[in-house]
Amino acid sequence: MGPEKDCILDIRDLVMRFGGLMALYRPDFVVMRGSITAIIGPNGAGKTTLFNVITGFLIPTEGLVLFNDKPITCLKPHQISRIGISRTFQTVEIFRNMTVLENVMLGFHGRMGSSFTASGLKAPWAVKKENLIKEKAEGILKFIGLSRKSNHAADSLPLGEQKILEVARALACEPALICLDEPAAGLNETESHVLSSLIRAIKEKGITVLLVEHDMKVVMDISDDILVLNHGQKIAQGPPDEIKSHPRVIEAYLGDE
Amino acid sequence: MLRYRKYPVLIVSLIIAFFPWVAAHVPAIDHYPDIMIFAGIYAIITIGLSLLMGYTGQISLGHAAFYGIGAYASAIFTSRYGWNPWLSMLLGTVLTSLIAIVVGGPALKLKGHYLAMATLAFGIIVFIIFNEEAGFTGGPDGMTGIPGLSIFGFKLNAERYYYLVWGIALLVFLFTTNIIQSSAGRALRAIHSSEAAAMAMGVNVPGCKIVVFAYSAGLASLAGSLYAHYMNFLNPSTFDIFFGIKLLIMISLGGIHYIWGAVIGAVIVTFLSYEWLHYFEELEILVYGLILLMITVFLPQGLAGIPEMIKNRFKAAP
Repeated sequence: MGPEKDCILDIRDLVMRFGGLMALYRPDFVVMRGSITAIIGPNGAGKTTLFNVITGFLIPTEGLVLFNDKPITCLKPHQISRIGISRTFQTVEIFRNMTVLENVMLGFHGRMGSSFTASGLKAPWAVKKENLIKEKAEGILKFIGLSRKSNHAADSLPLGEQKILEVARALACEPALICLDEPAAGLNETESHVLSSLIRAIKEKGITVLLVEHDMKVVMDISDDILVLNHGQKIAQGPPDEIKSHPRVIEAYLGDE
Repeated sequence: MLRYRKYPVLIVSLIIAFFPWVAAHVPAIDHYPDIMIFAGIYAIITIGLSLLMGYTGQISLGHAAFYGIGAYASAIFTSRYGWNPWLSMLLGTVLTSLIAIVVGGPALKLKGHYLAMATLAFGIIVFIIFNEEAGFTGGPDGMTGIPGLSIFGFKLNAERYYYLVWGIALLVFLFTTNIIQSSAGRALRAIHSSEAAAMAMGVNVPGCKIVVFAYSAGLASLAGSLYAHYMNFLNPSTFDIFFGIKLLIMISLGGIHYIWGAVIGAVIVTFLSYEWLHYFEELEILVYGLILLMITVFLPQGLAGIPEMIKNRFKAAP
């Protein structure tokens, strides 16, 4: 097994219960390193809950999440971000009080942010790091195609660019795995086309992509592997062609009555 | 992007440095440097509070208590135990920061109004302790005989105290501005904007909040010590809830999102309460209420936000 083929994320026996509601029930699956894996399913299937468990925002009732064969279920969100899992949000959560560039620079905080004291004293190493952060952030904006807007206020961007900015910020964490929560929601056709090629470009960089998405065109177009959830359970997993014609998937989406 | 503005800081520092000399030559304002000492003391608090409230978005109505803890720590350590005033000041600051960490741990999990209520309650509790623990604090009668400060045997008179207070205020200002303009400050602003996203980007949100809370509490304590050693007398009513509200008025008037707004607000409100609002006597509090109301309605960015407002107005006009 070469490094290209091993699994980066392994979800085992995961159960997430909110009071009487079973949000997730053992949707066991693995994500292959270097792949684009999509999670789809009807509303309320548990997709975002699964994301929140993976990224440490929720502690599962039972079960394990293994990242590079190490359990991460007990880690806090910022710790998970620092070991290489980065995410975006379904509701756009850019930092509205900052510029585009500053949003991306913040993404580097976990790996190379300076301490309170070093910042306050303008310690030489803090200044050096700050310059390096700026340089790297500009590099990411260039990659993502937002360079010319780097000094704009983040909330002045149209929704499509805000979503792209969120991806840029997530890339600034220098993740091994990036989790995109409905990146195409609210985008028009041109914008989702740009997004698709962006996601492919991220994969080219060697970053594994996990995405939740409702836009089937985007999903079928870019995914290597698709996981279908319904009522918190896995009902199918496989490549796009197989999923398209899978009877249980059609049933979940269209209903059988 | 925030840029480091050296010249305005230099100019303001020079104005403050020469102010006593100018004031001494104008009989009508020759007591102003005295008031400026208090303004400087309050500025040290409001700079920290601005970082906490304006940048990190965490409300505190309890900073009057931290100010009081610093003042009483200095007073008790020096007059009851005979310790060195500088050592007492340092110990008071460390002690207050530790208290802030203990209080802030659970309190900072609350958001918005709930956090305001919790810090308000903390302020009230501390105020009661100042009044009731008469064995230590002298109770409502207050404490006397707090020694003044001296450097290498030079006793600091009012004139030298002015430079001590404003010198410290300048250092605090520079330190805090440096924080804001670095990755640590960016993390704080991120917390203000979206805690979830900040966490997802690797910012230790609870940790950062507690550090800022402790830092601002430490500054309030330092200011309290400076107050105690300047006045040589303490009375609990200085640290009541109304003072906490006054601090809030200072930073809202100056502009909550600007550190130098905190300094402007501290200076203006100090002059209002020590000089300009004397005619109003008991009605003073109504004037403060009116100021807070007007600022909230007409100048939500405070005085420091005016240039930005004008700039935007011009930009908007074609």
